[in-house]
Amino acid sequence: MSGSFRTGIGGRIRRERTVRFRFDGVTYAGVEGDTLASALLANGVHLMGRSFKYHRPRGVLGAGADEPNALVEVTRGAGRTVPNVRATQVELYEGLEARSQNRWPSLALDVGAVNNLMAPFIPAGFYYKTFMWPRKAWDALYEPVIRAAAGLGHAPTAPDPDTYLNRYAHCEVLVIGAGPAGLSAALAASRGGGRVMLVDEQCEPGGSLLAEPDVRIDGLSSRDWIARTVAELQANPRVTLLSRATAFGYFAHNMIAVNERLSDHLAQPAAGAPRERLWQIRAGEVVIAAGAHERPLVFPDNDRPGILLAGAARTYLNRYGVLPGRRVVIATGHDEAYRTAIDLSRAGVEVAVIADLRPRPTGPLVEQARALGLAIRTGCAITGSRGGLRVTHARLSAILAAGKLGPPDEIACDAVLMSGGYTPSVHLFSQSRGKLRWDEALSAFLPDVSAERERSAGACRGIFALDAVLADGAAAGAAAAGIDAPPALRSTAVDADPAGVMGAVPHDRGPDARAFVDWQNDVTSKDLKLAVREGFQSVEHVKRYTTNGMATDQGKTSNINALGVLADELKRPVEKIGLTTFRMPYTPVTFGVLAGMARGDLFDPVRTTPIHGWAVENGAVFEDVSLWKRARYFPQGAEDMEAAVRRECLAVRSACGIFDASTLGKIEVVGRDAAEFMNRFYINAWTKLGVGRCRYGVLCREDGFVMDDGVVGRIAQDRFHVTTTTGGAARVLNMMEDYLQTEWPELDVWFTSTTEEWAVIALQGPKARDILSGLVEGIDLSPEALPHMALAEGHICGVPTRLFRVSFSGELGFEINVPADQGRTVWEAVWAAGQPHGLTPYGTETMHVLRAEKGFIIVGQETDGTATPDDVALSWAVGKAKPDYVGKRSLARPSMSAPDRKQLVGLLTEVPETVLQEGAQIVASRGLKAPMPVIGHVTSSYYSAVLGRSIALAMVSGGRARMGETLYSPHGAGEIAVKVVGPVFHDPEGARVNV
Amino acid sequence: MSDVIAAGRTPFEALNGLSMPGLSAAPDRTRYILRGRAGILAPVAEVLGFALPTDACRATGSDQRHALWLGPDEWLLLSPAGDRLDKALAFAIGDVAHSVVEVSHRQVGIVLDRPDAAAVLSVGCALDLDLAAFPVGMCTRTMFAKTEIVLWRTGENVFQIEVWRSFADYLWRYLVLAGAEFA
Repeated sequence: MSGSFRTGIGGRIRRERTVRFRFDGVTYAGVEGDTLASALLANGVHLMGRSFKYHRPRGVLGAGADEPNALVEVTRGAGRTVPNVRATQVELYEGLEARSQNRWPSLALDVGAVNNLMAPFIPAGFYYKTFMWPRKAWDALYEPVIRAAAGLGHAPTAPDPDTYLNRYAHCEVLVIGAGPAGLSAALAASRGGGRVMLVDEQCEPGGSLLAEPDVRIDGLSSRDWIARTVAELQANPRVTLLSRATAFGYFAHNMIAVNERLSDHLAQPAAGAPRERLWQIRAGEVVIAAGAHERPLVFPDNDRPGILLAGAARTYLNRYGVLPGRRVVIATGHDEAYRTAIDLSRAGVEVAVIADLRPRPTGPLVEQARALGLAIRTGCAITGSRGGLRVTHARLSAILAAGKLGPPDEIACDAVLMSGGYTPSVHLFSQSRGKLRWDEALSAFLPDVSAERERSAGACRGIFALDAVLADGAAAGAAAAGIDAPPALRSTAVDADPAGVMGAVPHDRGPDARAFVDWQNDVTSKDLKLAVREGFQSVEHVKRYTTNGMATDQGKTSNINALGVLADELKRPVEKIGLTTFRMPYTPVTFGVLAGMARGDLFDPVRTTPIHGWAVENGAVFEDVSLWKRARYFPQGAEDMEAAVRRECLAVRSACGIFDASTLGKIEVVGRDAAEFMNRFYINAWTKLGVGRCRYGVLCREDGFVMDDGVVGRIAQDRFHVTTTTGGAARVLNMMEDYLQTEWPELDVWFTSTTEEWAVIALQGPKARDILSGLVEGIDLSPEALPHMALAEGHICGVPTRLFRVSFSGELGFEINVPADQGRTVWEAVWAAGQPHGLTPYGTETMHVLRAEKGFIIVGQETDGTATPDDVALSWAVGKAKPDYVGKRSLARPSMSAPDRKQLVGLLTEVPETVLQEGAQIVASRGLKAPMPVIGHVTSSYYSAVLGRSIALAMVSGGRARMGETLYSPHGAGEIAVKVVGPVFHDPEGARVNV
Repeated sequence: MSDVIAAGRTPFEALNGLSMPGLSAAPDRTRYILRGRAGILAPVAEVLGFALPTDACRATGSDQRHALWLGPDEWLLLSPAGDRLDKALAFAIGDVAHSVVEVSHRQVGIVLDRPDAAAVLSVGCALDLDLAAFPVGMCTRTMFAKTEIVLWRTGENVFQIEVWRSFADYLWRYLVLAGAEFA
């Protein structure tokens, strides 16, 4: 293909501004205003890709969002490679680098095209049938091979270096689409005084008018009318007009997601310039003015490069000044193709013939074509094409009576321009859950019953005549704004008959001819018929079996033709078959814009405690606990975790440790019914808990399974200081509110989260009291005044404190609650006071070991949502005399006390140095082969420095009746023998805590 | 007995001076969450010197003290640091069922005061911040990106944000990044 296909005048391009770009390594010249597709066509390049399944050579089919073939990869370097973008929507810039996809080694010579020869063996649903056995081969062979052979672009592997923005917006009226209907709608709506947003996917407003240079509206050229309308909208501060902004998703309650592309069209975006912005627009009223997509004709070999939609060819001519070829055949079932023939003929292109399927086409456009002397064959079917990487001939046959075809005639050409009519774009309407109705005259589904406050205007609801479109848009915009519609505008447009054709064109090419319905998914009319023969009747099933209308294309060009084929095959009217649901996104969006600013440091909030800085400065290694960063251990020198934890554990047991417990959830339960509420909510009894005393509380869900736990202190008669697990704080507070509001609204009690009000410093170890004694004021620390499970209010370092005497380690322990701002300074004061006593900071890992040595459970580690209080040895905590509490009724079910339930036990390995794997299974005997009966699992397992051996907690079926038994944990080829013991390993009498 | 009076440290220290025009930390405040039955309205008004707001999402106040409506029986009381109200409230409310919980340290205040404040907030806040929809004096609990906040408009272009202290760092960084687009 040689020579330029650029016209001398016309279009919305700037011919004087040359833009150089590369496609598959070859440098080409385009002009400013081109898309990649128009620039390639201007260079005579139609071949732009290989098809998804058969690797057939494909040219550009459309000129916009509906393009199924020309999917290319545009790259700006590592991390900036975008696959599967439509060449028709890629704005050309200097130095643009694009590659075709799905071909190897090159677009013209593609080894994968062997798939095309294999076509008889890979029909619709082939992968459901062929590759199911043997099962192993699916993972190892079939799937990788299929994925490699059938597929489109490759996702980049480097991190995305671009930035993406987010914006929430609100408006009274959102207009989607800035074609003639949308511009009229926005203009009318803007006069209502409310906020109006107009979003459009193209680089400039105008829509279909951008390819209509000759039509005049309200006395102005279309160009001037667009400019005047846009100027008025832009002058209105209440109007926001977004270009390069695709409304891709319609969510509940008129929330529309819009992807605005900010810099992809620029040759050299400024460093750090954001690439895209996600708009989440909440609109009072929505006007959908999404236009229509042209339908291809379904005839054999309709997918050769050089065969494109007639309307797209007209867009290339009138908007981009590009000729689709030198000698074209027009194949149509619709008047609009005549406009293309007329415009091309005037531009000097030889229109070899217009082959019209209709026996007697009439109307002004047909008459104009006749007057120009264009050859028209009516009642004529296109039944095939010839050519390799470009079409060379169109095969035409007269349609005789009774569906017979006359002898074929091959017409030489370098392009075939086809049109079956226009399909209203009801994608967004369908996404909004609106109901469609079938319009027989238009062969189209149209918006019918709305589910949201929206209305469609113009071509997307089957109104095609320009005057009517302008009036419909204005009426819709005015109605959306609640005002009267402005006077109608008049244009000079010549109207086409909106009726078209659908389904397959009759042909005489035998059963093996392939007439494509869905170009992007490589679905032919034969595939659809096969699906029907194999028993698929529902359109939803046919879609999934054949893949017609799926993926990124969403059936823009294919849905109606597929329905036509199905209707013929099922012998049922289209409205009885129905349409598949349209999925978002309308066109693909980047992952980058969906992630937006939520990346790096801002991916999630990182919660740190008031003492975090000290832990950082003292070399803590942190772990994530929900959103919190918690110090896990404090290594000294070259210590690894194991060594650090052994040292920290021994320090707590022998002297004292200091631990940041600030992340513990805290809820203040206040009101004169506070104790009554606690009684009904937790399994424990609370009414007799004295002021100044603490109790370990256990919370069940309604199903009787343990949900959370924590120490609760009674601050006053009507005030409880409730602690929860770190991760459970929000969950417990929500559940409290839920029960109070729905079950017990009569109770006078309220809940306030105080998790972050208090910094909590745990001081654990025999020296704890000695360290504290010099720091507190107004608190008697003696065991008589402040015994284990008591609390006192007073001051520490001059700061008010709630001092709890509690222990999660089994040692003498205090938890010092101080206002968060003072947390770090009080911590440092305690730290300084502890130096003579060997005070050691410890982290969550040591905390876990210490509590396991004492058999204290961790909710979520020993429990898994199916453990009752009794299962984890907490039946002592149940207030058995209480009339009710959350979970009580469920716990009364017989199965909840079955003797073979998994119960908490301790395990000691035969070899003291062996530390079991957490999560390891427990079985009853040696030498079992999988699958084997499993009777339990290890929940916690550590090396205990103070005991000089390993310890483990486990949930074992009927565990409490197995004390002393030897069980086994399968490990590698053999198993580890373990002895079942009680879960308390250290100081079972609890002497150390009561000092 | 210790003679140390522990100094306060706020979560803003960790930001190392990361800043944006119009973004600042609010002065130290004393804060309470007040809950209770309808009978608390009159005695609380006596203590505060003004009536609690009973219209949804509205704040009332004097120069120094403010009450933000957070729910039909829930208010956030803000007063200058050291202006302790709990004892006076408990005394005045007496037998009417209620709850007063201090949350001075639970959260921190951030002020956004710049001509495009509403637009900057719209980067992360899904609410309609148009003056007609969110007038001066309006307050509400809402989300900014992934964190819960209380948003309170004190001027056409001035918003006070209350946020739990461990989320303040995230919120501050997010606001600075959000503002970059408006620089």
